[in-house]
Amino acid sequence: MISLNVNGKTEELDADPATPLLYVLRDQLQLNGAKFGCGLGQCGACTVLVDGRAVFSCVTPVSTLEGRRVTTLEGLGTPEKPGRAQRAFIAEQAAQCGYCIPGMIMQAQALLERTPNPTSAEIRKHMSGNLCRCGTHMRILRAVERAAREP
Amino acid sequence: MPMPRFAVIASVAVAVCAACTAQPVAPDAVPARASFDPALIAKGAQLATIGNCQACHTAEGGRSFAGGRALESPYGTFYTSNITPDPDTGIGRWSEQAFARALREGVDREGRHLYPAFPYEYFTRLTDEDIHALYAYIATREPVRAENRPHELSAPFNSRALVGAWKALYFKPSPFQPDPARDAQWNRGAYLVNGLGHCSACHSPRNSLGAEKKDQLFSGGDAEGWHGPALNARSPAPVPWTADQLFKYLRTGLDDAHAIAAGPMEPVVRNLARAPEEDVRAMAAYLAALAGPPSAERLKKADAALAQAKTVSRANGRGAEVYAGACAACHDRGREAGSGGALPLALGTATTLPTSANLLRIALEGIAPPDGEPGRAMPGFADALTDGQVRDLAAYIRSEFGRASAWTDVDEELKKIREERK
Repeated sequence: MISLNVNGKTEELDADPATPLLYVLRDQLQLNGAKFGCGLGQCGACTVLVDGRAVFSCVTPVSTLEGRRVTTLEGLGTPEKPGRAQRAFIAEQAAQCGYCIPGMIMQAQALLERTPNPTSAEIRKHMSGNLCRCGTHMRILRAVERAAREP
Repeated sequence: MPMPRFAVIASVAVAVCAACTAQPVAPDAVPARASFDPALIAKGAQLATIGNCQACHTAEGGRSFAGGRALESPYGTFYTSNITPDPDTGIGRWSEQAFARALREGVDREGRHLYPAFPYEYFTRLTDEDIHALYAYIATREPVRAENRPHELSAPFNSRALVGAWKALYFKPSPFQPDPARDAQWNRGAYLVNGLGHCSACHSPRNSLGAEKKDQLFSGGDAEGWHGPALNARSPAPVPWTADQLFKYLRTGLDDAHAIAAGPMEPVVRNLARAPEEDVRAMAAYLAALAGPPSAERLKKADAALAQAKTVSRANGRGAEVYAGACAACHDRGREAGSGGALPLALGTATTLPTSANLLRIALEGIAPPDGEPGRAMPGFADALTDGQVRDLAAYIRSEFGRASAWTDVDEELKKIREERK
């Protein structure tokens, strides 16, 4: 059994130690915020926070997470009461198809937790590992700026 | 008690430094662009790619050739200089004579000794024609006003007089001597590798004063936190390099049987992609000859590595679990649909080096092209893995793929990388 702390809740899981965290989140915990994009750590759709830092959950083995804090999109807020990054993404209508957006929001959250007032160059650099194929990048950048501005 | 070595050198410096100062070259505005033949400027541009001039003389996100890039060394931090033709802060008052003297003798226009972080030990081999072309290219870049940042070196290395003593001991200006017993391609390669390319600067070991150990040329060296693997017969590559593979690697940054360029090698291959093809082929031919034909034993090991590269790794233990969950999706062939796009680690040189530095840097920092440029990317695992997990992973990779005795420097290297990331 593997013990995981996800969004402040302890979960006991029966999983192969090498199982990527993403599979456990989606298939066992029904936390479907993080998305499967490439499965190779190249697109960022699966981004979650581990101890406040953004990681790609598709290439993070579940065995590496005992005693660490995992935060997923669901941990930031609810549809009724979205968190500040979520509010900013909604306000800027940053989603087209929306598939990359959970990862984008988590990546933005990681940035803002460490750098509350990022420059636009810092935002671009920090977000560069997350891809959006629809091309809403400009709205995504505005959403991150708004989230920094409106705590 | 014996005198510390630097104290000996410092006293030598004081004794001889009067003899080793140089005269300034009179200031002279660089000629206007129109006075240079465009073909000469183009030739200089191609030579500059082989010299990797821009990579060192440009700060991250800074203007081209305006300097300011930090080079970490055991003696402190060097900041590269502004080599744009700005008259006040760059080399806009350097005549070709002053420029040539800097390259060949390591002396600036004003007559001060330059630190050998500027690789004049190698540039001293350049021909007049090549210096003429490089001058035409550099003199016609856009001038950028950017004051040079002083180096931050620890005593006694912050003394320019000491540089004079160092040069007296270790540096002899000398032109390239072709070897008539070798063919033209080998000689061209030797000239480029040992001159403008200054490959040995990173790929040879150095003594405590930063001078190349001449009896161990190309036996592997250290630069900017990375290890430059041996390029001679002691090459640690699991599969011996051929000239064609070296050419492909130098040209594209990737060879399927060996490596992807990372760290300080990344800008080198990015530049060589724009160099004349025949020059890169000559460098590859020279380097292949330097390593010599592989022994039967080495070829047998290479066959084993190539066979292992086709298999799915199987092993138990914490390091193997991390590998299976974090690395195998890309690095193991045939594990799952789509897996195996990245280099199989059985072929990777980083696993066989005497130091864990390269493997740890790649694992923690990943591989990424510069901002806004296309290129291959590997995510870094610095935030995903704890130090304990990185240690387990490194130990597993070393034994499973490197097939060598355990690294003893993992804790030290890991600490260094974590500090840099803070």
